[in-house]
Amino acid sequence: MPQAVIFDYGVGNLLSLKTALEKAGLSASIGTTAKDLMKADAIALPGVGSFTAASSKLDAVKETLQTKIQEGTPLLGICLGLQLFFESSQEGPGDGLSLFKGKNMQLPGTVKVPHMGWNTLNMVKPNELFDGIAEDTYVYFVHSLYPVPKDKKIVCTTTQYGTTFTSSIVSKNIYGTQFHPEKSGDVGIKILKNFVKTVVR
Amino acid sequence: MPLAKRIIPCLDVDHGKVVKCINFVNPKQAGDPVEMAKRYSDDGADELVFLDITASSEKRDILRGVVEGVAKAISIPFTVGGGIRNVSDARLVLCSGADKVSVNTAAVENPQVITELADVFGRQCVVTAIDARRNRTPCEGKVMVDTAEGKLWFEVVTYGGRKPTGIDALAWAMQAEKLGAGEFLVTSMDKDGTKDGYDIELTRAISERVNVPIIASGGAGIPKHLFDVLTEGKADAALAASIFHYNQYPVPIVKDYLRKMGVTIRQ
Repeated sequence: MPQAVIFDYGVGNLLSLKTALEKAGLSASIGTTAKDLMKADAIALPGVGSFTAASSKLDAVKETLQTKIQEGTPLLGICLGLQLFFESSQEGPGDGLSLFKGKNMQLPGTVKVPHMGWNTLNMVKPNELFDGIAEDTYVYFVHSLYPVPKDKKIVCTTTQYGTTFTSSIVSKNIYGTQFHPEKSGDVGIKILKNFVKTVVR
Repeated sequence: MPLAKRIIPCLDVDHGKVVKCINFVNPKQAGDPVEMAKRYSDDGADELVFLDITASSEKRDILRGVVEGVAKAISIPFTVGGGIRNVSDARLVLCSGADKVSVNTAAVENPQVITELADVFGRQCVVTAIDARRNRTPCEGKVMVDTAEGKLWFEVVTYGGRKPTGIDALAWAMQAEKLGAGEFLVTSMDKDGTKDGYDIELTRAISERVNVPIIASGGAGIPKHLFDVLTEGKADAALAASIFHYNQYPVPIVKDYLRKMGVTIRQ
């Protein structure tokens, strides 16, 4: 069974993501070092922690991550994991992975923040990650910032909350969701299964 | 479509079993927490809350087992509360698979704990539970609220409603938000267990004063009560226990009703 490695920034709940990836058909383990990431058939950057803290933890594995991405290893960033794909964040200092140009912005003060709960996906461009997922499907969000990619072509879905923001991106073997598939019930498992299909082929 | 309002079944856990007290006495075992969590999740619950009603250090291992079991069985978010006093208590439940922790008495006695938890785990993990009771005695410095029964203020009570604190619930909510609370679970001690509806005025008063989500709790007896608190009460989520436990109003029935009434509800 292909092996997914979930990179651990050192805080919070990784068990749900591990369980969900296993339900979707991968064997999943938690990794903290470049060596752990080297053996991965797929890599997940989870959604917990702060941008600044996570960015410093990622420093040590940045090169390995870039090598793996170039080799074609599928990478899934969830919530903060997606935000780390970009250059910077209004949340605090620190460099992202800069896989894409763009930054992360605070949700507007006109709505309650964090954006917490079930909201819908508007499909912008079709992608295998969303095979079998209908327009306006509900998924679970918990976040205060959102990514603003410079290259709009990578935007896969958007969601409305105070503003229209990018709720997922796809570019080659790089997948990112602002929502939490591991917390989005059967729909989330379906999305993770679609991700797993890109791993096993 | 806008953000959906959340429907949250609450499970009281004692020694690893879900219990339901009838009129606050005679705890009756209602079932296995993992099985019930799975059932609610399959039924379309948007989130779950577990309250460990007799949390103490020697029962931590039981709690950890329950949290792990639930995390493996469901893929919707869940909050664990009851006896969480510090970062290490919170770490135990979060690392066992819970998504959020709820703090109540510990936060009133030591407000700084909210900041400590938010700094380590992020504010989205920190639910501040506020138990409040109506107080009709005019008192200087309290936020007096105009209600159907006249001007009054809402007093924070701790230790499961046993201890009045003299603290204004509205002022406390605003302070807790500044300290890092990511969400509030607001329970009316006047309404809890009555089944005659939530305290709409309490819920709305807090919701209008903070900019984080509010979960309303205490008093749900019929689906109309959830409608009232989610609309007039300006709550972002409605929590209930007994209407769900005994299948009187299963989650799908409540959600269908709310949807027909025009509330945004997840399919």
